[in-house]
Amino acid sequence: MTAAAAPADQRPARQPAMWRNVMRDYPLVPLIVLLIVLVVVVELARPGTVSTGWAAITVRQAAILAILAGCQTLTMLTGGIDLSVGYVASMAGFVTATFVHQPGGWVFGVVVALAASALAGLVNGIGIGIFRVHPLIMTLGMGLIVFGFANVWQLQSVQTGSGVPQEIRTVGVGLTGDIIPNNLLIFVPVAVVLILMLRRTGYGRMLYAIGDNPVAARLSGVRSWQVIVVLYVISALLAAIAGLLQSGLSNTASVTLVQSYLLPSVAAAVIGGTSILGGRGGYGGTIVGALILTVLTGVLSIALPEPWRQIVFGSIVVLVAAAYTRVTGES
Amino acid sequence: MSAAATPVEQPRSAVSDAVASGVRKNAWTLGLLALLVVLFVVVKYLNPAYSFVSAQSTATSILPLALAAVAQAVVVISGGIDLSISSQMALTSCIAAILMKNNPGDAVSVGVVILVLLVGLLLGAVNGALVVITKVPDIIVTLATSFVWAGFALLVAPAPGGSSAQWLKDLVVGQLGVEFIPKAAVLLLVLVAIIWIPVRRTRAGLSMYAIGSNQLAAFRSGVPVSRTKIFSYTVAGLIAAFAGLSLTASTGIGTPVPEPTYVLIAIAAVVLGGVSLAGGVGGVIGPILAVVALQLIRDAMTYMRIDSNYGLVAQGVILIGVLMAGSFIQMRRSRT
Repeated sequence: MTAAAAPADQRPARQPAMWRNVMRDYPLVPLIVLLIVLVVVVELARPGTVSTGWAAITVRQAAILAILAGCQTLTMLTGGIDLSVGYVASMAGFVTATFVHQPGGWVFGVVVALAASALAGLVNGIGIGIFRVHPLIMTLGMGLIVFGFANVWQLQSVQTGSGVPQEIRTVGVGLTGDIIPNNLLIFVPVAVVLILMLRRTGYGRMLYAIGDNPVAARLSGVRSWQVIVVLYVISALLAAIAGLLQSGLSNTASVTLVQSYLLPSVAAAVIGGTSILGGRGGYGGTIVGALILTVLTGVLSIALPEPWRQIVFGSIVVLVAAAYTRVTGES
Repeated sequence: MSAAATPVEQPRSAVSDAVASGVRKNAWTLGLLALLVVLFVVVKYLNPAYSFVSAQSTATSILPLALAAVAQAVVVISGGIDLSISSQMALTSCIAAILMKNNPGDAVSVGVVILVLLVGLLLGAVNGALVVITKVPDIIVTLATSFVWAGFALLVAPAPGGSSAQWLKDLVVGQLGVEFIPKAAVLLLVLVAIIWIPVRRTRAGLSMYAIGSNQLAAFRSGVPVSRTKIFSYTVAGLIAAFAGLSLTASTGIGTPVPEPTYVLIAIAAVVLGGVSLAGGVGGVIGPILAVVALQLIRDAMTYMRIDSNYGLVAQGVILIGVLMAGSFIQMRRSRT
């Protein structure tokens, strides 16, 4: 990655070194610039769109994506990935909804949903951490299993009827004072915990260490398998929370509700600067990545029909990822 | 031929030696073959009405998936992964179905098939070129292009529609002469033979295995890494185009929304078929056998009147179970 490669880049080639340093040391800066540019584009594309109400709706949607992207960020830091989050999240929302008319009510449903998710995460962690199954395959297989069981549960609970509990709807869709989305009540603590965990705790450092160099981590006394098992349980619980919020937001509960977020969640983490190879990244970037993708989806839905939206979406993900790889010199 | 089964310590002749080494090299595939035989017996036992005719419809319905698994295997062998195969299939299938909408003459439909295959080559080449040029990990690039190809599929066919030329349908449905030879199976073998065997036998195929097993070593030995990578994605694109065509032929229409489970099951079949996700190991026959085995397991569960959703659970459990068992054995072996 010498300077000779820079002219291919659209960014100013005059001072590539400075740009590179900025992007490497403060990855949030270019991301926030990109986000602001997108917001300006929205306003230009349809003047009057950008308002506090628009911001509230965007943030509400982005929060869910950001939580799911958190699963990807954490697992990608160790060089893994969690492809089961879509089905786990959908399952959590669905299971909770089926308990509305049951004894115990939705609270019991939430407990069951979280327990089931944690179990799925535990199996993921055991497979990846202890049996060294490739994370991609392990979580993919786990996704199929969770989806299958969720379908079975769906057939069994047809008679009892289901519905998204009012409390979850209030949190998921509500806006306090028409400006502040209620789901920030859940998202902000989650984000703070994740950021502090990655930056300030030994556990967070171990995640980076395992992703950066698993052998060195093991030789330094990190018990990798324990870290990994806990990691995938955390990831599954995060997915469950996102699923509950999404079912509240859309007032629907289906076994595939959140599945369409799976690929965007990986994309948000990648755009946010987390490397899929492990050891580099952070949750702050992921949050901005989720905001970027949500705003982008908004822009595209104003400007383009569905097919073009997908084409542009995919192209932008490749471009941003390529820009990152180029700038950080990682191969 | 008892020598083939006995341990290798007492080689008797060159022939038995060759057989033994052949068995050892293809142990995984032979094991899968044995599993298939067992599964056929189980299915036949569970449903005495299961006949060669049912096997024909099974063969027709899993042909697209089997081809998807072959395409995935080619990429995985050379150390990559392609999450966009189901989108490529959707796009090629839609192009074929829309262009053959008004049942044009045979000459036109042959032209359409050739065009679709060229599109497949192009899609694969774009995937490969992006991976090589951007240096972004394969999984991210193909994840992103899966959106792009699916978007183009929606442009071509906003809703499921179109139709398939009759001769294309005839290629995949029914029997070849006698009832126990399903046409779809023959077609699959012919396609694999004309695409994979030439690739495997040439320098390009050897290079694919080389970059899959150790990219740096391959580079230092003078293997053109970038070119080989693009080549493997291009071959996969061609096979995905065949998969898309078979989808059009077996369903009679083009569906613009890719089947989400295709990618998952194709990867599962590749891994169960003895191809290492790390690259450089395996072939394409194993994945095909694995696709058939997964389908037979679902059939068996249907005949046992088990909720078909447990079929998904079973596929996931088998996938994970086999891999866990495999790495467990490996760990035990490396410890002693």
